[in-house]
Amino acid sequence: MSKRLGRSRELFVLTYGALVAQLCKDYEKDEDVNKHLDRMGYDIGIRLVEDFLARSAVRKCRSYSETVDVIAQVAFKMYLGVTPSVSCSNTTENEFFLMLDKNPLVDFVEELPAGRCSLCYCNLLCGVIRGALEMVHLAAEVTFVQDRLKGDDVTEIGITFSKKLEDKKHKRQK
Amino acid sequence: MPLVELHLLKCSEVTGADMAIFSVYVVNKAGGLIYQLDHYAPRSETEKTFSFPLDLVLKLHDERVVVAFGQRDSIRVGHAVLSINGIDVNGKYTADGKEVLEYLGNPTNYPVSIRFGRPRLSSNEKLMLASMFHSLFAIGSQLSPELGSSGIEMLETDTFKLHCFQTLTGIKFVVLADPRQAGIESLLRKIYEIYSDFALKNPFYSLEMPIRCELFDQNLKLALEVAEKAGPFGPGS
Repeated sequence: MSKRLGRSRELFVLTYGALVAQLCKDYEKDEDVNKHLDRMGYDIGIRLVEDFLARSAVRKCRSYSETVDVIAQVAFKMYLGVTPSVSCSNTTENEFFLMLDKNPLVDFVEELPAGRCSLCYCNLLCGVIRGALEMVHLAAEVTFVQDRLKGDDVTEIGITFSKKLEDKKHKRQK
Repeated sequence: MPLVELHLLKCSEVTGADMAIFSVYVVNKAGGLIYQLDHYAPRSETEKTFSFPLDLVLKLHDERVVVAFGQRDSIRVGHAVLSINGIDVNGKYTADGKEVLEYLGNPTNYPVSIRFGRPRLSSNEKLMLASMFHSLFAIGSQLSPELGSSGIEMLETDTFKLHCFQTLTGIKFVVLADPRQAGIESLLRKIYEIYSDFALKNPFYSLEMPIRCELFDQNLKLALEVAEKAGPFGPGS
């Protein structure tokens, strides 16, 4: 069973790599590649969220931190087989971080090519999370705050929710 | 073994008409109807041969020819003319272009065989009903004494039960079924899965638009049949 999954995961990782490589050929600027990856991720996220909600039977989340926990422990596990660890910012109230210990998307990537130092290789993931959150009426900015491929120690995705949590007035949803 | 199967078949034949899922509606976040399926209509239709003059009074109402007076046998007031001599009637014209009231007013056309029955909802009417339900659903949660209540989940009448499931993203799946039919809750979840698979994963389907995906239709009908077979005790799985 795991061998079968392994094969199709390889195909997925290779497909993703081919996608990024093609975008790099099509666009000179790193920002453009990042933008397109984010856009594609967004289009995936708005659809994937329904599949996630249909199959995972998660309940409405009551807080931003519950939402981020669900993303890390249920969604990431379901789709990528990894569980990032969650932490929240000391300074900003609605900012959370997902630290990716293992990231299957970069299994075969050693380092970014020369001249591509601002490329966010996995930016698709940011778009997916942003799109998914938007469909459950949560506006958020999702970016890579740290990236091992860029030379940082860890890979971390930052999720910043746009609106302040109004306690007791609305139940937050995920 | 074959005898037992035969017995079960007969049971379902007898009760088949009772355990049914009548229709499925899918409503998008704005209240627009994006999918509708009439699976089973417990329609009471009567076909009779008439001679001139017609002892029923027919009149045009809402673009349909309906019985206004002269209710008899199983032909009730409000029933529409569904077909004449086997040819379907659409609104006030037959399928071959004849105007119904004019045709039935002419003695040379008799004897004539007319089928009466409860008129089907037109697609416009279904659209309006769906958007009206969308509003009522929202009102339901506003009326609630508790904060953060859900909207209408079930609407019960003596002839059917309407079940509604709203996803966290705002799409509503509505199923109208026989009051005794069980397992609708899990059917609604199954329809959500089918929607996420065959509508959303179709790259050419645009979100919030009417669903015109063959695979969605097929799988939905399959799911309805499974739910119906389970009868009043719910599906085994």
